[in-house]
Amino acid sequence: MATAGGRVSLGEGPLPAGTAVGGFRIRGLLHEGGMARLYAVDAADAAAPAPFPLLMKVPKLGFGCHPGCLVGFEVERMILGRLRGPHAPALVASGDEEGAPWLVMERIEGEALADRAARAPLEAGEVARLTGAVAAAVHDLHRQNVIHFDLKPTNVLFRADGTAVPIDFGLARHGELPDLVEEEFALPAGTGATISPEQLAGNRRDPRSDLFALGVIAYQLATGKLPFGAPTTRGGMRRRLYVDPPPPRALKPGLPPWLQEVILRCLEVRPEARYATAAQLAHDLAHPEQIPLSLRAGRLHRAGPLAVARRWLRALRAPPRAAPTPALHLSRAPHVLVAIDPGDRREALDEAMRVALRRALAAEPELRLTLVAALPPQPFGEESAPDIAHGQQTAARIGLRHWAHPLGLSAEQLRIHVEENADAAGALLAYAAAHHVDRIVIGARGHSALRRYLGSVSARVVAEAPCSVSVVRPPQDHP
Amino acid sequence: MRTALLADIHSNLEALQACLAHARREGVDRFAFLGDLIGYGADPLACLDIIAGLVDAGAPAVLGNHDEACLGGQLDAMHFAARDAIYWTRERLGPHERAFLAGLPLAVAETDRLLVHASAERPEAWTYITGPREAAQAFAATPARVVLVGHVHHPQLYFTMPGGAIRDFAPVPGVPLPLSDFRRWLAIVGSVGQPRDGNPAACYALHDAGAGTLTHFRVPYDVQAAARKILDAGLPERLAWRLLEGE
Repeated sequence: MATAGGRVSLGEGPLPAGTAVGGFRIRGLLHEGGMARLYAVDAADAAAPAPFPLLMKVPKLGFGCHPGCLVGFEVERMILGRLRGPHAPALVASGDEEGAPWLVMERIEGEALADRAARAPLEAGEVARLTGAVAAAVHDLHRQNVIHFDLKPTNVLFRADGTAVPIDFGLARHGELPDLVEEEFALPAGTGATISPEQLAGNRRDPRSDLFALGVIAYQLATGKLPFGAPTTRGGMRRRLYVDPPPPRALKPGLPPWLQEVILRCLEVRPEARYATAAQLAHDLAHPEQIPLSLRAGRLHRAGPLAVARRWLRALRAPPRAAPTPALHLSRAPHVLVAIDPGDRREALDEAMRVALRRALAAEPELRLTLVAALPPQPFGEESAPDIAHGQQTAARIGLRHWAHPLGLSAEQLRIHVEENADAAGALLAYAAAHHVDRIVIGARGHSALRRYLGSVSARVVAEAPCSVSVVRPPQDHP
Repeated sequence: MRTALLADIHSNLEALQACLAHARREGVDRFAFLGDLIGYGADPLACLDIIAGLVDAGAPAVLGNHDEACLGGQLDAMHFAARDAIYWTRERLGPHERAFLAGLPLAVAETDRLLVHASAERPEAWTYITGPREAAQAFAATPARVVLVGHVHHPQLYFTMPGGAIRDFAPVPGVPLPLSDFRRWLAIVGSVGQPRDGNPAACYALHDAGAGTLTHFRVPYDVQAAARKILDAGLPERLAWRLLEGE
């Protein structure tokens, strides 16, 4: 379809360098996929260069083009238009020329997760670091009401600072916008290797589908193999509903039990058996020593035929309905940081804080509590200092567990963090920022001379926290 | 161009003023009225005065079934409360108001969009678009890519899939919906003066033709005052209660 000017129509064939499209100039073809061509472009107006390199995506049009290609393009344009922050490429502009659409977005120049996956099996710490970075990115998408639905190593890039950036939002869904993908194709929308059981049942509402894909990615990084292969038929994909993957430790005996625990938990068939949020997954991967190990961790064989038959029958049932939007789902599973001051142990304050937490547990049963205590640094001589500090931290950990015991939490819900830091408020704020904390619960300091001299930790936490803060004061503490 | 779409005002002056003020704060370029300007509420003259002023200044407006009924004719298809409100309203309309209503078209087509009260398919039949089947009939009757309607007092969105199937979607208030060029869209903009989806706040929609988005808004207004006027005017009590409940 050459146009009157002798130019090739946008979507039909590769565009030569120098072609001007909607205020941008093509520099060269970067990639030609099944559905679209990707070009490096510059802003045509040299006086206003973009703050980052640019990429133009042009879907292939014309005879024989994949029916999903335009749908994927319009979904990506819609979703990118709504996403903010470092975990998604910035959408710069979009438009169409003579009916051929295009969009320009930020080009992420770092490494792809696929490059790492090609070198798998990787060492456990590296698997945890990479998967944790992707989980942090996925949590940020979910917080913005977007489920990706097609996470795989080729769809994740890394910025120079290690920030993960999922790309290709062609199958994504925004919880507050119409789902343009739903039931569009004869096959469920997804990739055979990573598609989740509930996606196979046509459920496109559960953010935990992305956690299943994260499990596949972690499995692949840790073992170099795909847990369910790469089936291309609906029947082949449905096998994952009743046949479990070979346990990673059976393929790689040196793999630590905690990593198998995490991977197999992500690969659970029922979404509610997986992590409630990607933030909880990222949090665990950052603190593997605190992951409670279940039977999953030690498994070395797949389930026998009886279990498979039982699961096959169960798979015929419809999956439970997920929350209406990803953001609502996250609101049911917040990460709550509880700040405990080891130097201020008033029973009335402890009880008031536990009352507040019991209320939260009743309303948000999937919440995760992390108890944090900052210990003052030890003024001892250099030689004995590490031992004493270690002993103190252990004692503090035991004390925190004892503190939480009346709450009756499951091992899965409780995490403990003790660090030596003279700046208690700074320690709390840093932990909250690093681990997607949704709320901080902190006790008000008593009326003491100390408060006047040291200032209030809670006041600074309230002022600087990246999330909500509840300051708890016991009833008799009122002036 | 940003257009505020107001439908089913039904003589509710408080709701109309609240929506106009909200839309002005949103920076709209103009208003459009999707029919049923009067009927039910106690302020037909004040509402028509405001709307006629905006229409004179260029705002498009279309006729609704209640507006038509107020001009005369049999009311067999209406339930009692609606019928009583129409008789009450007829007595209050002067020649000026009647001429304004009689001059309203059934539909207004502008570039790639169509404004109509009920359905693009035989607008004068006042068909309710309550599902994909009726939406498909409306799409078939017009070449417009975006069809904007009232009549059904629930905000709702219908859109075409590439295979031709039609899906529906319940819009979230305040969230701009991108109306992709590759599809056709039919939006029920909700009711300004008599919402019936359990939320008593007035409802209208904003179509941003430049950005290609449609946003539904819910605007709180003085429901008690509007309901009180209905009772004071001697209109059926039920019309006052349903405003309070949004039903």
